Parts: sequence; structure tokens; C-alpha cells
Amino acid sequence: MKKIEAIIKPFKLDDVKEALNEIGIQGMTISEVKGYGRQKGHKEIYRGAEYVVDFIPKIKIEIVVEAAWVDKVVEKIQEAAYTGKLGDGKIFVLSVEKAIRVRTGEKGNEAI
Amino acid sequence: MKCKLILLTAVLTVLPFSSAFAEDVLNSGDTAWIIVSTALVMMMTPAGLALFYGGMSRYKNLLNTFAMTFMSYCLGSIVWVLWGYTLAFGPDVGELIGGLEHLFLDGITVDSLTGTIPTTVFVVFQMTFAAITVALVLGSIVDRMKFSSWIVFVVLWLTFVYSPVCHWVWGGGWMHAMGALDFAGGNVVHINAGVAGLVLSAMVGKRLGYGKEAMFPSSITLTALGAAMLWFGWFGFNAGSALAADGVAASAFLVTNTSAAMGAIAWMAAEWYVNKRPTVLGIASGVVAGLVSITPAAGFVDMKAALVIGLVAGGFGFYSVAVLKRKLGYDDSLDAFGVHGMCGIWGALATGVFANPAITGGAAGLLYGNPRQVWIQFVSIVATALFSALATFIVVLVTRVVTGGLRVDEDDEVKGLDGAIHGERGFEIEF
Repeated sequence: MKKIEAIIKPFKLDDVKEALNEIGIQGMTISEVKGYGRQKGHKEIYRGAEYVVDFIPKIKIEIVVEAAWVDKVVEKIQEAAYTGKLGDGKIFVLSVEKAIRVRTGEKGNEAI
Repeated sequence: MKCKLILLTAVLTVLPFSSAFAEDVLNSGDTAWIIVSTALVMMMTPAGLALFYGGMSRYKNLLNTFAMTFMSYCLGSIVWVLWGYTLAFGPDVGELIGGLEHLFLDGITVDSLTGTIPTTVFVVFQMTFAAITVALVLGSIVDRMKFSSWIVFVVLWLTFVYSPVCHWVWGGGWMHAMGALDFAGGNVVHINAGVAGLVLSAMVGKRLGYGKEAMFPSSITLTALGAAMLWFGWFGFNAGSALAADGVAASAFLVTNTSAAMGAIAWMAAEWYVNKRPTVLGIASGVVAGLVSITPAAGFVDMKAALVIGLVAGGFGFYSVAVLKRKLGYDDSLDAFGVHGMCGIWGALATGVFANPAITGGAAGLLYGNPRQVWIQFVSIVATALFSALATFIVVLVTRVVTGGLRVDEDDEVKGLDGAIHGERGFEIEF
């Protein structure tokens, strides 16, 4: 089993979700995160006090899939999250040791 | 003969209602208006100012700002009716202070009148001014002052700084005798509070990380809402200061709105030009700048003057806060001096220029053949500023001794006063 972690622009979440649903992915976990890479921050000025805001809001999507699905899922995420501008995000693939369904106790591929 | 008798009767019936007898008779229109004005001004402190200041405070100190504002009003309510009123408005002693005849409001009955309104109404109306003046001062020291120190400061400041200045200008003291014009509190409220804030912020010291760390306002939404409530309440502040429901009150009402609107537009324009963005914080600040500067002038100037007063206030306020403050390096956190002090000074001087005797008889400024008024205003501004600075300095020293230091611990300042002092959070946001 593999876990796919994707950091994407927040407004792209719906597009990514639709694209994954189309290929049969029926669940995911998302979190609101902040970060920066090559996309620079911005300036805010409050009554003359200037602040540079480095961290930009992003969405992190986490999905656990069977190893065979990884390439297809990564491709779909990259397509759907793409805008061509700086800050589109990154996708990481990690190994998952175990998975258990809480309700039934199923393990492994039956659990994801 | 019959005609003459009817005429005489008619005249004798009407006479009590003419202005010759107005001083001694309760006027229900005036009374109703001043009671309403009092309620409007009351709302300016725990609602308007609390939101305005609270929204500009950092989130971790939002409630503390509210607490200090609320307490300013509550303590002001009590101090005023115990000894504040009599010190400000009691029988004059040497043109410097009021006598103690009305300690605990003794001698004031249900039937006592001040002009055409019950004295009790006048007492409460003036009380709301005292309370908001001291509340304004807290804008300079948010995020770092001990709550106990603030409480002691409020009681001492109202007694030894606010009441004397109030007496000088409105209670029959020397500034009034000199002919200084201050319709609703340019000197008594804004310059007084602004200078006090500057002194207090210097003595408490800058916030940790000031100039280096980002200090984001908790909610511009709350600040804008607060500014709108202040605008609404200010109609009571300025038009109510006519102490009558009449043409002068109406005129004050008009110029107050005009100046506020111009102040907002001017600040927004200045900010848009300099920083390339019009901010809501700027618009809200411009509103207050316009309101502050029209305060001393409200019952003395006409609408055209108000356009100018508001315009300059917006621009000057922006300059004070965005440029001057950084150059001079002080941490007057929410610009009590930058907006209230500086725009109050502009308003007081503008009163000396634009006072139009057609609005209030006997009050004429430079443009109406009385250049001396500008000098009188200048003297009153300087005297208020010097007294406020010195007296506040002493009050702060005493406060520091009585409460064992003015400032919270470093750890508490970093953690945030809402948690450290009050054990509360401003908003319950899940997760």
C-alpha cells in the first residue's frame, strides 16, 4: 500500500476531488496547511506598519491506495491541480506498513 | 378695551416660553434629546471603542482590550458620581477646579435644572464623556499593561487629569473665561487623551518585538463595525453638546457627518496613493479622524468648513500614523496620539479659523474677522497638552508604585493577556 500526499492550491481541491472520483477513488483526508517554496509571500500594510507574509495557505490531500494505482492517481492529481503558475504544489509517495478499518477490523487492501 | 385685554393675556401666556425665561424652565424636547444623546455616547465606549480597538489588537489580547474598555466605562461611572462631577462642574474655585459641594451628587435633586434640562441628565451626559476619554488612552498601551495597573490609572487619571481640564473648558474655568472654543471636547477629550496616551506608552515601554515582529490586527471587521458605532454615537457626542434640541444641535449633526465622511475619503485616497491599496482599516481610521477633528468645532462651523476640516483630518491622520510615528519611533499601539491627539489639535486650531458667528453668536474665528481666536485656541491646546503630559506622568508614577509595576511579565506578554490575565479566549474556533 502507498500513501500519496499532495500539496495543492486551495481553489483546486474540487477539481482534484472530481478527477479522483472519476477513476474510482472514494475517500481522502484533507488538511489546511501553510507553506512556501518558490512562490513568494506578499506584503500587508496596517496603518503604515508593513509586514511580509511568507507562508501561503495550501491544502494537503492524503490518500492511501494499492501500489498498482499509484501512477494513475498521481497523474490525475497533477493534471487536475495544474495551473502553470508558481505555487501549484508537490506530490509525494510514501510506503504504508499497515491499514485497519476501525468498524470491521479488516486489514490491508480490504481496509483502504 | 376688550382687544387690549385679549392681547395682554395672549402676551402673558406666550412670554414664559420665550427665551427670556428659557433658562429656568424644563424643556421636554431638550431633555429627551440629551437623554438619548447620553445613551448614544454611552454606547461609544463599551461597544464602539471596544470593537474599534479590539479589532486592531492582536488576537491573543482581544479580550483584554475589551476588558480595559469596559472597566473604563464602569469605573468612570462610579468615580464621576462620587467626586468627578463636582470637581469638574462644582462651584468654581480660582478658575482651576470645582468645589466639593456636589460630592456624591449632594445638593442635586429631582427638580434641579442645568439650563433647560434636569441636572441629573447633565451629570450622566458628562459622565459618558469622562469615561470615553480615559478609555481612549488605553489605545496606546494594549498588549502589555497589567490589568490592576489600568484600573488604578483610570481612577487617578479621571480625578486628577480629566476633571481639572473639563472644569477649565466647560465648568467655568480659565479657558472658558479666556474665550477658548471647544464645543464637544477637542481639548477636554481628544488632546487630553492623546497626550496622556503618548506619555503612558513611553512610560510602559514598547511591546516586545515592536518593529521586528509582525503584529496582525485580530479583526478588521470588528474595527470597521466599531468605527460605524462610534460614528452613530458621535451624533450624541457632538449634537448633544448643544444641550438643546435646536438649530445649533442640527448644525452640529450635519457637520459631524460631513467631516466623518470626508475624513474617510481623504484617508482612503492618501493611502491608495502612497501604498497603492485602499484598506478598510484606513477607511475606518479616516472616519474617526474626521470625527475627532470636528468635535471642538461642531457647533461653531458650517458645512463648507466641515468639508475642509474632514479632508485635512483624513490626510493629516494618515500622515501621523503612517509616517510620523515610524520616524519618531514610539509605540503608541493603536494611535491614540496619532489620531486623537493630532487630529484633535487640528480640529481645535480649525475652530479658531472657521468659527462662524452665524451658527453660534459670539463665536467667531479668523475668517470672520477675529484672528485672535486662533491664538486663544493655540494657548488652550498647549496648556491642555502640557498639563495632561505632566499630570499623567505623575499619575503613572503613583500607579506604578501602588501596583508594583505597570507591565506584565515577558512570558505573559508573549503568551497573550487573554489567557494570562483573564483565562479566556476571544473566539471558540474548533480545532
